Amino acid sequence: MNPTNYLYLSALLFSIGAVGVIVRRNAIVVFMCIELMLNAANLAFVTFARMNGNLEGQVIAFFTMVVAACEVVVGLAIIVSIYRSRRSASVDDASLLSR
Amino acid sequence: MTSSNLVYFVALPLFSSALLMLLGRKADKWGHVFATLVSASTFFIGVFEFLAMRDRAVEMRAVTQKLFTWISVGDFQVDAALLLDQLSISFVLLITGVGTLIHVYSITYMSHDRDRRRFFAYLNFFIASMLLLVLGDSYLNLYVGWEGVGLASYLLIGFWNQKPEYATAAKKAFVMNRVGDFGLSIAIMIAFATFGSVSFAGIEEKVGGASETALTAMGLMLLLAATGKSAQFPLQAWLGDAMAGPTPVSALIHAATMVTAGVYLITRSNFVFDAAPNAQLAVVIIGVITLLFGAIIGTAKDDIKKALAASTMSQIGYMILATGFGPAGYAFAIMHLLTHGFFKAGMFLGAGSVMHGMSDEVNMRRYGGLAKFMPITTITFGLGYLAIIGVPPFAGYYSKDKIIETAFNAGGLQGIIFGGAALLGAIITAFYMTRVMLLTFFGNKRWADDAHPHESPFLMWAPMAVLAVGSVASGYLLYSGKAFVTWLAPVVDKHKHEHVEFLPPIVVSILAVTAVVIGVSIALLKYRGEQASEAPSDVNIFTRAARRDLLQDDANEFMFMRPGQKLTSALLATDEKVIDGTVRGVGATMLGSARGMRKLQSGYVRNYALLILIGALLILGTIWVVTL
Repeated sequence: MNPTNYLYLSALLFSIGAVGVIVRRNAIVVFMCIELMLNAANLAFVTFARMNGNLEGQVIAFFTMVVAACEVVVGLAIIVSIYRSRRSASVDDASLLSR
Repeated sequence: MTSSNLVYFVALPLFSSALLMLLGRKADKWGHVFATLVSASTFFIGVFEFLAMRDRAVEMRAVTQKLFTWISVGDFQVDAALLLDQLSISFVLLITGVGTLIHVYSITYMSHDRDRRRFFAYLNFFIASMLLLVLGDSYLNLYVGWEGVGLASYLLIGFWNQKPEYATAAKKAFVMNRVGDFGLSIAIMIAFATFGSVSFAGIEEKVGGASETALTAMGLMLLLAATGKSAQFPLQAWLGDAMAGPTPVSALIHAATMVTAGVYLITRSNFVFDAAPNAQLAVVIIGVITLLFGAIIGTAKDDIKKALAASTMSQIGYMILATGFGPAGYAFAIMHLLTHGFFKAGMFLGAGSVMHGMSDEVNMRRYGGLAKFMPITTITFGLGYLAIIGVPPFAGYYSKDKIIETAFNAGGLQGIIFGGAALLGAIITAFYMTRVMLLTFFGNKRWADDAHPHESPFLMWAPMAVLAVGSVASGYLLYSGKAFVTWLAPVVDKHKHEHVEFLPPIVVSILAVTAVVIGVSIALLKYRGEQASEAPSDVNIFTRAARRDLLQDDANEFMFMRPGQKLTSALLATDEKVIDGTVRGVGATMLGSARGMRKLQSGYVRNYALLILIGALLILGTIWVVTL
């Protein structure tokens, strides 16, 4: 199978994630979209590794997963504490910059 | 010689003035008596000093007293020091003598005023400043007194400042005086730059080594100062309005003493003027213009005080004229100043007495026939009248006659022009003073219905009587045996100038008396019999101009006020549009751009995310384009 198709899929996933981050308000969904973008990047890394025949891309994919895991821990904790204090998970409500 | 008494001349009235002002209402009961006693005591010190001076040898007569070192910078040193010489003592006796009489007069005149104490405090302040002016031994000391009398004049003209037009008159006087003061300060600067000294003695010593240009400049600046303080052309317009002050103030400050400070200044600066013939010529011209100017205004005024003020202006014009003739004229100028101090102060007090009896009416067209009701006022005023128009042997005859003679003796065409103008002035003087006399004391009664004319009480007519005696006798006493000329010579005529005679004195006397007769006859013809109680309105353009003070206010308004207003409004517009505009423009630009930038910072995560995305895409796109 032509590895370029994986790259197309990766770009598609990344675009979906980016659009989701920009248009959705629910913090959880935004968060999931960020994960989607990270994984799209992972897919791209892995595909490039395959295409080039070395392991560097694969290694970076592991790093990315570790970073993503840490991010999930911290991010979810922030979202939960915001939800607790504001009774809302909307990212717009969390804006404190006055107009 | 030194003396330790001089400081009391200034210190006593200054202390009394400060005391009365600081004690406030507590001093209401005795303030006027205290101030009068202080004024009288300065007069007695003056008499004492005069007698002591007279007994000394001529070259020992001047005495000085150093109070303290005022300015000491390197080689330059100014002492606060007082100098009493033959010229100063003449003024001291006039100021304190007439001043004391007017204090006495004011006790009754101001008795209904609830601020009488404040009035006396100001009067004493004036006496102190005026004495400092004539006693200062340097231009800088003189300047302090010069400003002091200006302040006193301002305070007293605006004494009834609850009336806005009186307050305006005070401001007008102050502002016009400031123009003159400017001249004096520049003269002091020229003196400092040229001679490195500001004391009279110091400058006189070095006057020979100075350039004539510097001396002329200094003389002209001193003349500017004199025109401001002495209400001479072109700074004369304030004097008429200054009559807003209480009448004793008009008598003391705006007739007898302060307005003559300009004459004093020029006489004191004789060493400068004697070495600057061009400045002297300017002095003479100013004197001639003013003496005619004042006299013409005097013919048209119906307000008795304003008529007398115009007359003051004209008489000071005579004095300034005389000072312009150098050593030949100084003594006569001061002599006329002294006799004028008597008769004009006496007439002003007489006018005050008439106003007192006529419930403060000042319009002469509403007087008439007062001689029967105010005999003493009529007599004292009448003696002053005879003195001012120059009927022999009254005071004004001797002094004014001598000035006219000096003018003719200037020689040549100049002498004829100036002498002729002085004679013409004498005719007009006789005319307008006769007019004042006739309208006020004779003719038909034209009173308001509620007028009850009555003679003033003793404390008011006594000073008038004393001044009337002065109006009769002072001229002869000063003139006989050249008493005053000899007395003053060590100050103003050190080198014993030869005085040329163009016309013999007897001819000038005959001319002067003829002038008086002509003036009086015209006035008698015009103002005998019944007079209307309203000023006639169908008058020619000259009368109308004279009623408007010969357009002096219009001229000032046209030449200075309007352009000044335009200048200030232009400056204001520049300030608002250019300077403020620049500053505001910078601010507005900042604010506008900030307003635009603020929209980027919405506080929504997604906006930032979008921007990051766009940025990333731009970078990627750029790389793609570059690597393609």
